[in-house]
Amino acid sequence: MTGPVDQPRRLTRDEVAHVAALARLELSEEELELFTGQLAEIIEHVADVAELDLAGVEPTVHAVEMTNVLRPDQVRPCLDREEVLAEAPSVEDHRFKVPRILGEAP
Amino acid sequence: MRAGWELVVGLEVHCELETATKLFCGCPNAFGKEPNTNVCPVCLGLPGSLPVVNRQAVELAMAIGTALACEIRPSTFHRKNYFYPDQAKDYQISQYDQPINVAGHLELPDGSRVGIERAHLEEDTGKTTHAGATGRIHGADYSLVDYNRSGVPLVEIVSAPDIRSAAQARAYVSELRAVLVASGASDGKMEEGSMRVDANVSVRSGPDADFGTRCEIKNLNSVRSVGRAIEFEADRQITLIESGEPVVQQTRHWDEDAGRTVALRSKEEAYDYRYFLEPDLVPLAPDDGWVEAVADLLGPLPAARRKQLIGLLGGEEALSASQADQVATVVELGLDGLTLAAAAAGVPVSLALNRTANEAATDAAAARRLESGSFASLLALEAAGSLTATQAKAVLSELLVEGGGDPATIAAARGFESLSHASLASVVDEVAAAHPSEWERYRTGDDEDVKKLTGYLTGQVMRATGGKADGKAVAIELQRRRG
Ligand SMILES: [Zn+2]
Repeated sequence: MTGPVDQPRRLTRDEVAHVAALARLELSEEELELFTGQLAEIIEHVADVAELDLAGVEPTVHAVEMTNVLRPDQVRPCLDREEVLAEAPSVEDHRFKVPRILGEAP
Repeated sequence: MRAGWELVVGLEVHCELETATKLFCGCPNAFGKEPNTNVCPVCLGLPGSLPVVNRQAVELAMAIGTALACEIRPSTFHRKNYFYPDQAKDYQISQYDQPINVAGHLELPDGSRVGIERAHLEEDTGKTTHAGATGRIHGADYSLVDYNRSGVPLVEIVSAPDIRSAAQARAYVSELRAVLVASGASDGKMEEGSMRVDANVSVRSGPDADFGTRCEIKNLNSVRSVGRAIEFEADRQITLIESGEPVVQQTRHWDEDAGRTVALRSKEEAYDYRYFLEPDLVPLAPDDGWVEAVADLLGPLPAARRKQLIGLLGGEEALSASQADQVATVVELGLDGLTLAAAAAGVPVSLALNRTANEAATDAAAARRLESGSFASLLALEAAGSLTATQAKAVLSELLVEGGGDPATIAAARGFESLSHASLASVVDEVAAAHPSEWERYRTGDDEDVKKLTGYLTGQVMRATGGKADGKAVAIELQRRRG
């Protein structure tokens, strides 16, 4: 990332409500208030980084500095189907039975 | 396309890679197995399981990038989060802002060039079946999920919006399929879902106008439906615009039976996938040596192979339209090796191409397994006149069924003896002597007589030779006698 970094602005209650909705979390009014404050504090804590001149510094993509961790294309044993399906709340015709889906896959 | 309008199309092609195992786990990558038998903690998203990238999938993605003249770059994986049961994890691992291949192109047989924006790695989803009264999504009571396909490696190839006609879109998909098969990445079976196409379609008033609002068409599972869906959609959009209504940006589904696209009921808010870097995977960073090693393994691509065949046929100018089709067919099916082997053995190239495109291509899978030497020696027998065309075709189909063999031995076992030109001439003499009045009418009669008697005399020659004469050779010999 290059160039000046924007000064961080405070996280809003609406943003927290939006993210909660995306994560299918149902938050009460009190919880929204509480988490907006807590999340804003965490973000502000990390925002110290904005003080630094980071021109020419590559973003870190992983905490571990490794690349190309690969495995050979060799088949390994699968799980036993009956054992797998025994864990499912509902099963039909050897498939996982899930509630009615609204809309197509994204 | 209606006059005054220009079509603008970009295609997204999902290609399942021909690996032994899935992208992030050792489960078999296999089609058509019993539901939920090829699953493990990783592809079921069980807590504590960790993905590890399949080296072969990476190398096939690099081979695709090389074949599409892409820049192969260091890349990362992201989580694409969404709630839909086709992924047990509630996210799909995909490449996002740092894909492995960028900025390539594909040249089509007509010489046009379509840009490739990116070709990235991602995992396939499980298969959902909607059960209930209608069997369709809407009105279904519940859904059933099979995770065998979940985690199968895909490369998604995104073209630039460079395509300007339905025919060009079809040509792009055909050529891309041939490239994917040639690079060993795919089996190219669109009917089994190995290649799936989505089309972004818009129209505009001319090449200098701004792009129009686009719709994304899903569910294009054959080259033919790609063409049909684009034509329908362009027409639909033009009709809307001409009647003063806006085109709404949306995802539409191609209904093959009804021959139309239909809007999918979509949520009001746009999808927000909350992409973030996959913490369980480190970046891929292929060095030059690795990229070159993958490129070295890549065989000749379809464009180069067509060029070689066309060169043997005397160049573009000498090529007939049907030969151009034959060349395209044999290369697309990967059968050009047979044509080349026969040509190298001295068989006329046009005959070699005919037998490859018309006969061998009827069972392309068997033909790809056929030893090219057997094919070449069979056609050499036909070219020398030792076997008639009919006999050669019969031997070829036995070679395909048996998976190989010696053509001369098969021909002998079937009693296909060669009938030399000299002996054919003497048989015709005998037939003429045995049927003097017919022969006279054949030689001096009007067109009607000649037509009738050609059939009669050909039959007599065939009877006298026990069916070993070549129909075409008999016709030439009879014609020669009329002068
Ligand atoms: Zn697995």
